[in-house]
Amino acid sequence: MKVKNRLKRREFMWLAASAVAIGSSISCGEVVSPWRSLTTDEADSLASLCNQIIPEDQDLGAASADVVNYIDVQLSSRLKRMKKVYRSGIAQLNDLSFERYGKKFISLSDQQQVEFLTAIDRDKAWKETTLHKFFRIVVDHTMQGFYGDPRHGGNRNRASWAMLNLPYPPIRGRFHGDANATNNSKVS
Amino acid sequence: MAAKNVNAVVIGAGAGGGIVAKELAEAGLTVLLLERGKWNTPFDDLKDDLRNQRVSVLGAPFGPDDERNPRVVVDAPGRERIVLPSDSEMEYNNNAACVGGGTVSYGAMAWRYMEQDFRMRSTYGSVEGSTLDDWPISYQDLEPYYEKAEWEIGVSGDDSNNIFRAPRKRPLPMPPLPPNREYTILKPAAQRLGFHPFDIPMLRNSVPYGGRVPCMRCRWCVGFACEVNAKNGTQNTVIPKALVTGNCELKTDCMTKEILTDARGRATGVAYYDENDHLQEQTVDIVVVSCGANESARLLLNSKSSLFPNGLGNRYDWVGRNLQGHAYTGACGLFDFEVYDDIGPGASIAICDFNHGNPGLVSGGMLANEFIRLPIEFVGQDQPVVKDWGREHKDFMRQWFKRSIVVYGPVQEMPVFDARVQVDPVVKDHWGIPVCRLSGRRHTNDIHVAEFLSTKAEEWLKEAGAIKTWPQLPDSRLSGGQHQAGTCRMGNDPKTSVVNKDCQVHDVDNLFVIDASVHVTNGGFNPVLTIMANAYRASDILVRNWKGTKFR
Ligand SMILES: Cc1cc2nc3c(=O)[nH]c(=O)nc-3n(C[C@H](O)[C@H](O)[C@H](O)COP(=O)(O)OP(=O)(O)OC[C@H]3O[C@@H](n4cnc5c(N)ncnc54)[C@H](O)[C@@H]3O)c2cc1C
Ligand code: SF4
Repeated sequence: MKVKNRLKRREFMWLAASAVAIGSSISCGEVVSPWRSLTTDEADSLASLCNQIIPEDQDLGAASADVVNYIDVQLSSRLKRMKKVYRSGIAQLNDLSFERYGKKFISLSDQQQVEFLTAIDRDKAWKETTLHKFFRIVVDHTMQGFYGDPRHGGNRNRASWAMLNLPYPPIRGRFHGDANATNNSKVS
Repeated sequence: MAAKNVNAVVIGAGAGGGIVAKELAEAGLTVLLLERGKWNTPFDDLKDDLRNQRVSVLGAPFGPDDERNPRVVVDAPGRERIVLPSDSEMEYNNNAACVGGGTVSYGAMAWRYMEQDFRMRSTYGSVEGSTLDDWPISYQDLEPYYEKAEWEIGVSGDDSNNIFRAPRKRPLPMPPLPPNREYTILKPAAQRLGFHPFDIPMLRNSVPYGGRVPCMRCRWCVGFACEVNAKNGTQNTVIPKALVTGNCELKTDCMTKEILTDARGRATGVAYYDENDHLQEQTVDIVVVSCGANESARLLLNSKSSLFPNGLGNRYDWVGRNLQGHAYTGACGLFDFEVYDDIGPGASIAICDFNHGNPGLVSGGMLANEFIRLPIEFVGQDQPVVKDWGREHKDFMRQWFKRSIVVYGPVQEMPVFDARVQVDPVVKDHWGIPVCRLSGRRHTNDIHVAEFLSTKAEEWLKEAGAIKTWPQLPDSRLSGGQHQAGTCRMGNDPKTSVVNKDCQVHDVDNLFVIDASVHVTNGGFNPVLTIMANAYRASDILVRNWKGTKFR
């Protein structure tokens, strides 16, 4: 039947293997990150990346819908093996952004970010690069975090379902499982 | 340590195995039903759109689990890699692993194949690059058992307007569910086009049946268990019936390792790992393999001995070959009015106008509207139209999520000899058993037929008022997945098949394969009702022979 799992393990493996050690330098004695897997800087970069994938407008964007939290939760549980991919991907995004615009990704204007990511996603020259593959992985994870069940740490207050005007709960006559659970409370 | 002898071990409590267990137990045989998965109750199920049998990015709740069950996939250029159940159903070729097998979480479409579907070679001649053949049995042989499956497991629907259907003696036991909005939009459009739309037969209660309530029409059905037990699988029908006979014992969390044979070449028992991972042996009179098309082939191939150095039933190297499923094809249409009504299960109307007789083409398939899509499943539909991220994506979702219909269906595939399940020489599962190694690809004919069918889906959607449509086509990667079939072909010639028409392995009299593996071809329909009907038929023959010879 039809499958909507667009994440290919092949790509994980390939990326994991080629993940080079350009990880952002974390010096000792810095503030402890409130995140499980990401450093504060990484989380900030990721937030602005995810916010280009699902931008903020009259409805919540990825960052305010807790998509970064979803990814962070997954990287510390099911997707542990992808931590390195994120670490080097985010670092590369910033490095190449610096090369191209003289600024880190997070400091680019909205227009520059869109232009940069569109090139990474669509230009032939980028198609086979690690950064392109990393970007596609983040697109998939952002979609999961934004449209998926809040019990995994994203889709804050079912923001995306409200955006689509989907009635809640989806099972007539029943709150589905953990309606009162707060975000992050359950990792499965 | 060997346990007390039982008459029959049935391996796999899915669609086929559940029925066999019940039929044998009711006929008085003592039966051990072994299932590697758990008996999930509907309440274990959290109805999670990232963790279900369709979208398994966070795991497949109805099994198998990622931790213990790797497989190896070889791609077209010959590169191999390890895949896990959560890597997507098509890559891993997953169906399910739990009591009920695929029937717990399925969509429950209940199709009878058409008469031609059993005579594909006679209908179309030989096809280059395909092992296309006729079944050794006909539709007429299965007809009474289709009826039995429809009445015992429980089917609702109304196919009387399907002028292409094969003759049936008895109508379906339950009326169709009342129409949803997509149905009311698509039906008149199909009629205007001269198609013959009808209500899809479904293994789902529309009225109280089998002591259970009717469907309450929720959003999350396909890929999930039913909380009110209105969806009929083997786990809530025949398996409980098998157990109340007192003749059948069900053991869950039991992974069968191999089938044991003696010097005469007869099956004498099975070796399995119990829920504590201890190796157990069970002696038996007959063994029935019902593990689904991937795992049944794997089990036979892993059952090696000096008499059967290449595995059981594999003297002529046919076990694991002809792995097929369905090349799904169709189209998405956008409407300028809301079509979404949140009334499950969603799929409701179908046509069989293009299953056969398509000019210049070999085979075809049924077309139907899709089950209700979850938001995460609609993601990516925008790709052919706009960028699948950013403002365009968000606007697309807001504008079209409730204004879109997908019409699609399963192309009857051409069996390919090299599309196959082997056992991997290196990779082993948690129990140390060699895992499935999947390789090969689809026949190009499947893609041609898919292209043709998608134009029909677009035509239907446009007539229904879609302002924009685009095709959704399969690729040429290996098939199988949830509709996996064909790996232990049924046939009269031992040189070109694995089991005979009684589902008995050619050179081992007391060993049977009864599940989707025996399908010669897989119809232009979802396969489960045919698996069920054939399980009733094969059990019937088995019981008759048992009363005669006991296979000794
Ligand atoms: C989400 C979904 C939707 C579907 N929708 C439809 C639909 O609408 N209509 C339709 O016709 N079909 C549908 N199907 C497909 C249908 O469920 C399968 O065709 C059917 O279940 C296959 O039956 P089977 O007997 O061949 O194998 P299964 O039902 O898969 O049963 C095999 C069983 O054997 C067990 N097993 C395997 N190996 C071992 C071992 N070594 N030891 C012990 N146990 C073992 C497995 O755990 C499993 O439970 C759907 C499937 C899914 C997952
Ligand atoms: S749509 Fe009906 S059959 Fe499906 S899960 Fe809901 S109540 Fe059960």
